[in-house]
Amino acid sequence: MSGVEYLSPGSVAEAVKALQVEGARVMAGGTDLLVQMRVGRAKPRVVVDLKRIPGIADIREQDGAFIIGAAASGAAIGEHEGLRKAWPGVVEAANLIGSTQVQGRASLGGNLCNASPAADSVPALIAAGAACVIAGPKGEREAPVEAIQTAPGKTSLAANEVLVAFRLPKRAVYSGDAYLRLIPRTEMDIAVVGAGVSVTLDASGKCVDARVSVGAVAPTALLVEAAGAALIGSSFEEVALAKLEAAVAAAAKPISDKRGTAEYRTKVAAVLARRAALIARDRAKA
Amino acid sequence: MSDGNQPPANLKVVGTRPIRPDGVDKVTGRAQFGADFHLPGMLTGRIKRSPHAHARIVKIDVSAAEKLPGVKAIVTGAEFDVGAGGDIEAGEHAAAMKDVADNCLANGKVFYKGHAVAAVAATSPEIAAEAVDLIEVAYEVLPHVVDVDAAMAPGAPVLHEDMFTKGVMPKPAKASNVAQKHVMGRGDVAGAFAAADVVVEGRYTTAAVHQGYIEPHACVAAWGADGQSTIWCSSQGQFLVRAMTARILNLPLSDIKVIPAEIGGGFGGKTTVYLEPVALALSRKCGRPVKLVMSREEVFLASGPTSGSSMDIRLAATKDGKLTAAEMTLRYQAGAFAGSPVNLGCMTAFACYDVEHLALVGYDVVSNRPKVAAYRAPGAPMAAFAVECAIDDLARKLNIDPIDLRIRNAVKDGAKTVYGATVRHSAFVETLEAVKAHPHYKAKLGPGQARGVAAGFWFNIGGESSAAVHVDEDGGATVVSSNPDIGGSRASMAMMAAETLGLPIERVRCTVADTTSIGFSGSTGGSRVTFATGMAVVEAAQKVVADLKRRAAQTWECDVAHVDWKDGVATCLDPSKDVKPLSLKALAGKSARTGGPIAAEVSLNAQGAAAGYGVHVCDLEIDPETGRTTILRYTAAQDVGRAIHPAYVEGQLQGGAAQGVGWALNEEYVYNAKGLLDNASFLDYRMPVASDLPMIDTILVEAKPNPRHPYGAKGVGEVPIVPSLAAVANAVSAIVGRRMTSLPLSPAKVLAATRAS
Repeated sequence: MSGVEYLSPGSVAEAVKALQVEGARVMAGGTDLLVQMRVGRAKPRVVVDLKRIPGIADIREQDGAFIIGAAASGAAIGEHEGLRKAWPGVVEAANLIGSTQVQGRASLGGNLCNASPAADSVPALIAAGAACVIAGPKGEREAPVEAIQTAPGKTSLAANEVLVAFRLPKRAVYSGDAYLRLIPRTEMDIAVVGAGVSVTLDASGKCVDARVSVGAVAPTALLVEAAGAALIGSSFEEVALAKLEAAVAAAAKPISDKRGTAEYRTKVAAVLARRAALIARDRAKA
Repeated sequence: MSDGNQPPANLKVVGTRPIRPDGVDKVTGRAQFGADFHLPGMLTGRIKRSPHAHARIVKIDVSAAEKLPGVKAIVTGAEFDVGAGGDIEAGEHAAAMKDVADNCLANGKVFYKGHAVAAVAATSPEIAAEAVDLIEVAYEVLPHVVDVDAAMAPGAPVLHEDMFTKGVMPKPAKASNVAQKHVMGRGDVAGAFAAADVVVEGRYTTAAVHQGYIEPHACVAAWGADGQSTIWCSSQGQFLVRAMTARILNLPLSDIKVIPAEIGGGFGGKTTVYLEPVALALSRKCGRPVKLVMSREEVFLASGPTSGSSMDIRLAATKDGKLTAAEMTLRYQAGAFAGSPVNLGCMTAFACYDVEHLALVGYDVVSNRPKVAAYRAPGAPMAAFAVECAIDDLARKLNIDPIDLRIRNAVKDGAKTVYGATVRHSAFVETLEAVKAHPHYKAKLGPGQARGVAAGFWFNIGGESSAAVHVDEDGGATVVSSNPDIGGSRASMAMMAAETLGLPIERVRCTVADTTSIGFSGSTGGSRVTFATGMAVVEAAQKVVADLKRRAAQTWECDVAHVDWKDGVATCLDPSKDVKPLSLKALAGKSARTGGPIAAEVSLNAQGAAAGYGVHVCDLEIDPETGRTTILRYTAAQDVGRAIHPAYVEGQLQGGAAQGVGWALNEEYVYNAKGLLDNASFLDYRMPVASDLPMIDTILVEAKPNPRHPYGAKGVGEVPIVPSLAAVANAVSAIVGRRMTSLPLSPAKVLAATRAS
């Protein structure tokens, strides 16, 4: 039985350097990694804890845009008034992860990089058009959230890259977002289906921009462009909503497993996307 | 004692709600549960488990594991010595010891994923884990079967080559998975169906569900050099653990001392052994104490759920709603070894109702699943699910209020049950009437909401118990109970002693003793402890009172007949004596001069446990687009005799209903195509969480205190899970618009049915 080395670098550069070692794993909140280590599913040789890096857990507003540190906890996100106002869908998704206790640690960075198809915050971030700030040996790069997950448990990040922050764009007036998930219980569960929608309206209430993303219906969270397109130009009439549902159902490629059947997931993904769209619209008008 | 009499009135302690004596320890983390014991030199044990659903063990090679530094002992099933086997009475069931041993460590074959094959003891958890990986087991994988109907079908893989269905004449020529056929009934069923005005029928299925206790199984076993050993463990019966461990290792009972730990839930699931004989065999081999603790995954894989079932039912009735006949076939999963509670399902199915013509057939069926263990009213909830759904169909068909229909058919005192007992001290009708009069039953439902009603029955048992009452020198008292406290029994034992002695509850403490410190007792199960052990406590306290009166008479030099005992004080009724009353405290203070320490122990076999009846009402709504059910309001009413500690009785009703709601809506063992359990965690085995349920209202019906108990107690712990499956299902069916016959009523299933309707 070999031990696990624990490192807590004080800068992004140090973290990137620490990740050069074979078998190193990044830890943000640790709410997935530590559980996986305990049951023997993850066996890292080195754990690189990000939380001592200055700013890695901060939430900053910059000219209307938001920068959320990769290790900012769900609790901190939920308490940030500006973020709650601008991106209620992202906040509600982040706050659905785990229990109250888990919220004290669970982060958006961990939720994305754990790469579960059912991760709650990911469809909300994709709908929001969030970008990832990624640091590596050659400096920083940016990538859209939908480009990170590649398969269950796998990401497009190189072994020596670290996700350091999310950038949420400045909101146009009359914008709103929402995230809904289906679990058989009321909490402490994993999404059978999740749906995030972000919309922008014009002054008359007509949809001028829309992004729709669904989770747990494919190997990764999906950006369903056709579903967003179904809303653009509409005033959320039944025809547009039916088109949105059809687009989501067509994009969904779920599996049947212990958490739900493929047929059920497909139907419910469409239902949740429509409901989330209407909530996002109402928030945009408010 | 007070057979035939009403229990005493003007009670001072019984019926009040004192603070739980074990509560502070539990909420502060001071309570010592099974996994909390540590001994010097203690080793960590770990179990090697089968990855297959069904396989023959070709070879177990432990040589590499033995060579790993830090490994001190390895055992396999070959260490066990049950001899001829035989049964041990385990409360609500008899345990076949050969099977219990083979379940603790496999003997030649593995019957389910997670079946224990070998165990190691090592100096650290890491070494133990590595050693388990180094044990090489060669398997010949066999075809498997997990479904109960498939296991009964011709050509199904047979688990046990020596299983010839019992209860069938002549003995079958071929081995099968049907361990036993139970048949019971009475009257002319065919004739009654032919003459019936109305018939309803259905086929129902329920999934295997786990008790879901929070504390995983855990024990420490220490073998002594002189052959005497000690086991610390969390169980529902220290004497049962002793008996089973002794039998499996062929040891005398008096050489094993079992010390009960605090228990973090059992619900029947801790009325057998999984770890103790293994830990003791390991300790015997290396001479050091060994701790074994299951992970949650191991609890799901290898400890008892209760049976999944498939059932066919037909009811016959007159057009005014009188049930005339019923026939029912029940097929229950036993898991890997014989012994499902299907006979109890048959016995309880129609116990609420007066039905003249009955035909019940039960099949006990093995399959490649963990061996079932008792779970809260074992066997009754599934049968009640089918019966209460069928009665709901009848109520709809006849357009009769479901409570009225049940009142019309309710059993009353003097009726004969199908299993031969005569109904006595029953308050089923009163319980139905209490529900009918409750505001919940009259409350208006909103659009898209529905209400379900169902009833349930459980026998409750008495049996062997021991208890002691010691008067302390300062005038307080200690009660020594023989039963692990899983439902607040330390409080109720202390309360009954305080009531009898005339002491305030704060002056009486109760402890649970080990197997060497109190007389024998059956396990904490069958809703028996408040009744049977409570009876022993009261009788011991009465002996103490008699002794105190004798001591007062001795002090006053008067006839003991002239000593009155009231509120903990002896008063002299002899007018010729000018003496002051003597309190218990005063008498305790000078006990040395009146005959020595004041104490009494009583061992008895309690008879006269009265059955209990429950009626539940559930309001719910369903999201028509997702099939997700939300419970809006829930009321559980029960015939409880007299509630000793009403808050704990209410807690039992709420807990039973909560577990039943989980059983009805989402809980199930999910198997993959290889016959391997796929959801062995609380994440994917979906028990309700607190926010899934509204506050559950309770109605304690105290119309018929049990005259065979000194304070009127009936068992209360098991009844409240029985009605809940159908209470939920009847409401769901009402909304869906068709009879929902298969549990759990998960969102996917409900949505599919809604769309089909």
